[in-house]
Amino acid sequence: MLLCGFFKFEKSGSDFTMTVKKAKSKKKTVAKVKELTGAEALVKCLEDFGVEYIWGLSGGAAIPIFDALVGSKIKLVLVRHEQGATHIADGYARATGKPGVVLVTSGPGATNTVTGIMTANMDSIPMIVLTGQTISPMLGKDAFQESDIFGITMPVVKHSYLVKKTNDIPRVIKEAFHITNTGRPGPVLIDLPKDITSAPFTGKSLNPSMDLPGYKIASKGNLSDIKKMAKMFKGAKRPLLLVGHGAVLSRAGDAVAKLARKLNSPVTNTLLGKGEFPETDPLSLGMLGMHGTAYANKALTRCDVICSIGSRWDDRINGDTKKFCVGAKKLHIDIDPAEIKKIVQPDASCVGDARLIVEELVKFVEPCDTKEWLDECKFYKKEFPLKFDNKKGLTAQYVLHELQNLTKGKAIISTDVGQHQMWSAQFNFSIKGQKWLSSGGAGTMGYGFPAALGAQFGCPKDLVVAVVGDGGFQMTLCELATMAINKLPVKVLILDNKYLGMVRQWQELFFDNRYSGVDLEGNPDFIKLADAYGIKGVHIDKVSQVNKRLKEAIDYKGPVVIHAEILKEDNVFPMIPAGKSAYEMIIEPPTTKLEKPTGST
Amino acid sequence: MATSSKDNIHTISVYVANKPGVLVRCAQVFARRAYNIDALVVSPGLNPKYSRMTITASGDPAILDQIIKQTAKLIDVLHVFEHTSTDAVDREYALMKVKVKSPASKAAIKKLIKNRAHVLDDSEGALILGQSGTTEECDVLEAQLNKYGIIEMVRSGKLVMARGKEPT
Repeated sequence: MLLCGFFKFEKSGSDFTMTVKKAKSKKKTVAKVKELTGAEALVKCLEDFGVEYIWGLSGGAAIPIFDALVGSKIKLVLVRHEQGATHIADGYARATGKPGVVLVTSGPGATNTVTGIMTANMDSIPMIVLTGQTISPMLGKDAFQESDIFGITMPVVKHSYLVKKTNDIPRVIKEAFHITNTGRPGPVLIDLPKDITSAPFTGKSLNPSMDLPGYKIASKGNLSDIKKMAKMFKGAKRPLLLVGHGAVLSRAGDAVAKLARKLNSPVTNTLLGKGEFPETDPLSLGMLGMHGTAYANKALTRCDVICSIGSRWDDRINGDTKKFCVGAKKLHIDIDPAEIKKIVQPDASCVGDARLIVEELVKFVEPCDTKEWLDECKFYKKEFPLKFDNKKGLTAQYVLHELQNLTKGKAIISTDVGQHQMWSAQFNFSIKGQKWLSSGGAGTMGYGFPAALGAQFGCPKDLVVAVVGDGGFQMTLCELATMAINKLPVKVLILDNKYLGMVRQWQELFFDNRYSGVDLEGNPDFIKLADAYGIKGVHIDKVSQVNKRLKEAIDYKGPVVIHAEILKEDNVFPMIPAGKSAYEMIIEPPTTKLEKPTGST
Repeated sequence: MATSSKDNIHTISVYVANKPGVLVRCAQVFARRAYNIDALVVSPGLNPKYSRMTITASGDPAILDQIIKQTAKLIDVLHVFEHTSTDAVDREYALMKVKVKSPASKAAIKKLIKNRAHVLDDSEGALILGQSGTTEECDVLEAQLNKYGIIEMVRSGKLVMARGKEPT
């Protein structure tokens, strides 16, 4: 209800306590404004944090918040499934560095976000997930569409809130934005009971102080730790820099390049570290690990010092910790102290922001004599190149190779999970950080397509390509509507081998060709599917069509679905079987049956 | 109570902001690494904005370092310390309900517990005894009372405080 009389906003920040002058008495009284609901205060806070988009799906318990978004400068994008909203927010965050914001309702609306939250958490992605909740008096009473989303998501969030007082909303939002994108980023969930968002906001300020006494952020590294690391490079003959996602998140690329050039050290990167140090640089060995380049993995077995810059020595690159870089000194830079010694026992380590630490480290290292080492790496590159041939039919590798020729690493590439993801990582060289979006830790099928939409929302001028398999694409393809309605000119490249290819590969190599649960019989006609949404379709099934049709799709100013039918049974090589070390890498297709892997996947 | 060997029992003090869910978040870190929580005491700190959790847990010491770091990383956790008897004192409280079969056995029980535990309730057929002491002292008395028949036992779990001026 508006107060009668003359009032004005106080000047201090977004404190909107009003001074009311009663006309007759001229006596000043301060009254709390009752015109904002909790939901309106929430939206105002989001606006103040510069939120451009909210991706969401409405529902009863969240209606007050959706209502508050009417007329807001934040653009609300209605998705078709809540999981899509989380992946879109994730893609937006990876491409822009800004947290993505998701808004869903209670119960199933909230639980549908769990996969996306877990995906973001595994890859340290900033994201705010707002969930509607039943009214507070009904909490814990199995109310309609009640789910304990605060409890359900606890193991997969960086932090979470169940808001119990309307006046707490601004503080919670401020803390959430602070937590989600500082230190090691991660998703924050805020559960908002409907009575809390409907009630009047009577707090004093929309910009209150935070109350986070336990939240510590490491930024600059300890100088003595940095000096100790620098000493480890002294006399090294075969140094190797390992660039991980932490380097991308802290934008450490320039510092890494300086370090590599000063040390004369080759550089390899994880799946999520792609691009922060250009993969086209002569010092780059590309991606290492299970399906990394043979030359990166060979280098891994030969290095005498390895320095991880924001990678967590994940089991994709370190299947057998006992045989990981045997004899090499191991250095570890990570912003998360809980990562130090988790997998690898480092000889020296430093906790803090990758960019700040590497910038400092550069000052203390001396050039290494690596001429022989660089020659050795060159030899590996020449001897064990990535290869493919189209003799048996059109390969995914060839399509991706042509995509690389057309985009030259300038496009934002978002992949799904499986064989196509690994081939794309191998053949699409990244030259800049934040241009490679892929679910690394979680391996979430269905991620690639919506994440590409998020990247396009955040970077409207960039060429965004979603490289997906026929399996994963079908998990979130309902977002074709979101792509069409919002006219997002994303190019969706479906590499269709009519199989869940990665599992099929395992069954072929390790399980005597006993295919089980991998045949995607009944795939739709993807071109007709696109057409049903009013989206242009481009079909490829011959080697000779690839370049021309990819170009046609890229040049088209609007969304495109490219349906590339590829060789059904092809395998990703090189391959380090799960649980094995880089010493046991398989470069060529094996001629004998392999023993079953000891590692999980 | 603890089923693992004594060497693998750890006492961990966690100082937390008194916010909803903080107990579950801490417990999850232990559970995820298959660490057993044998005893847990949560009480308000000197400043009621904070709480103190004393966790007695058993498991591989190599994993504990990681668990401590992962617990310390939680937003609402201010600090986590593992304590040993050299750097901290510890006590717990035990309530034991013991069967009383005859006046003679009652007298024997009372003699046995002299200077160690108090009789808190003396009802027909049972005594409730209260003992404060180290975990080991409580274990010893428990073993001795077993021959009379312990009907029920409730133990507080370890409380720990760092020696000198060091924070717990």
